[in-house]
Amino acid sequence: MAMSEIKHHLSDDILMAYASGNLPEAFSVAVAAHVSMCDTCRATLESFDAIGGSLLTETAPVETGADAFQSVMDKIRQAPSEAPVLRNATPDFPTPLSDYVGESLDEIKWQPIGMGVKQSILHTQDDATARLLYIPPGTAVPNHSHEGLEMTLVLQGAFADETEYFSVGDIELADGSTVHTPIAADGQPCICLAVTEAPLKFKKMFHRLVQPLMRI
Amino acid sequence: MSLDEQTKDRDTSLLEVEPATPAAHDPYLKGVSDLTATSSPTPPDVWARDIQSVATEKNVAAFERLFSHFAPKVKGFLIKSGADAALAEECAQEVMVTLWHKAHMFDPTRASAGTWIFTIARNKKIDAIRKQRRPEPEDVGWGPEHEPDQEDVIGLQQETMKLGQAISNLPEKQRNLVERAYFGDMSHSEIAAATGLPLGTIKSRIRLALDRLRHAMK
Ligand SMILES: [Zn+2]
Repeated sequence: MAMSEIKHHLSDDILMAYASGNLPEAFSVAVAAHVSMCDTCRATLESFDAIGGSLLTETAPVETGADAFQSVMDKIRQAPSEAPVLRNATPDFPTPLSDYVGESLDEIKWQPIGMGVKQSILHTQDDATARLLYIPPGTAVPNHSHEGLEMTLVLQGAFADETEYFSVGDIELADGSTVHTPIAADGQPCICLAVTEAPLKFKKMFHRLVQPLMRI
Repeated sequence: MSLDEQTKDRDTSLLEVEPATPAAHDPYLKGVSDLTATSSPTPPDVWARDIQSVATEKNVAAFERLFSHFAPKVKGFLIKSGADAALAEECAQEVMVTLWHKAHMFDPTRASAGTWIFTIARNKKIDAIRKQRRPEPEDVGWGPEHEPDQEDVIGLQQETMKLGQAISNLPEKQRNLVERAYFGDMSHSEIAAATGLPLGTIKSRIRLALDRLRHAMK
């Protein structure tokens, strides 16, 4: 995907949680997708990786089995390098997202949720939920949850709330305490990846998505 | 000199900010001493060179050095992260197999050998211990035809050493928090308390390396 000028980034604590492997899978998809599009966050992420590297370097070694090296060499000989994955030259999504939804926007199986808004839920572990949202121009972005962490990454089009504008590559972070009313920009539909915490709220959220969209 | 003893020597030389020239009697280090003399008082990351030898010439001797040094650390890391000894052994071996296959993806201007191996071990931990998929950012790396600039490699190495020192100098309590974040399990709000390490310079260096990479890819 083309790099655009990104204005809304991931926070340090989220990047550190991702670097240390402490983020639920659904959030990790959004982080990996944003980092694929944003070298500013990639540099921060890799500096957090360096903390892990320093800790590993200082870790007390635990002796490996007597035949460990031989066994590794055998595995290398038995399984020569994996063939590179063939990818579309111009995928619609960054690769970490393509791994979940495929490379083409046309192949997404959308589920209508009212007001012309459609969603497609990713198969991830259920401690957080990631979904693609399709929002027609000028339509309100469904408000996902009012508790816990929320991430919304713009993949196509743009949305804006009272004060800010989010275009391709921008990621909005919210903790549910801020009440905002984002609306998809005019022009083309807005496609975003929205991730929410707390699986227990899923039913409630879904209910909210189908019913009182007007409320937002 | 046994491989173990060599390994110890190299460890020490890597941890000092301005060590004397690497042990002249070490046959392996001889090859790199000329580089050290001309460009910087700091030795280059010898492990990084080994990974590059694996990438470019499938050098088994270099791979064996990497194995002797890092496989036991990876095993220790996995045990600290909650794996039993048998699983840690199996995963440590798989981490080394991945190192062999992905060596061409290693960019020594953005990560030290230890950092890069940490990312492989972390992903293995998520996969094998947490039974969870790990979405990773799209790869960006130098093509096989490109040699990274040694100045950049050494600069990154120096920043990594400074960061390592800053971590060891943290107050005990904060250091434990950082270790728990990286080796154990923590919510992201707990992790926030562990930030505050001096990451500004290493971050700028990585950013610069990424800019060069993007420029070269155009
Ligand atoms: Zn960013």
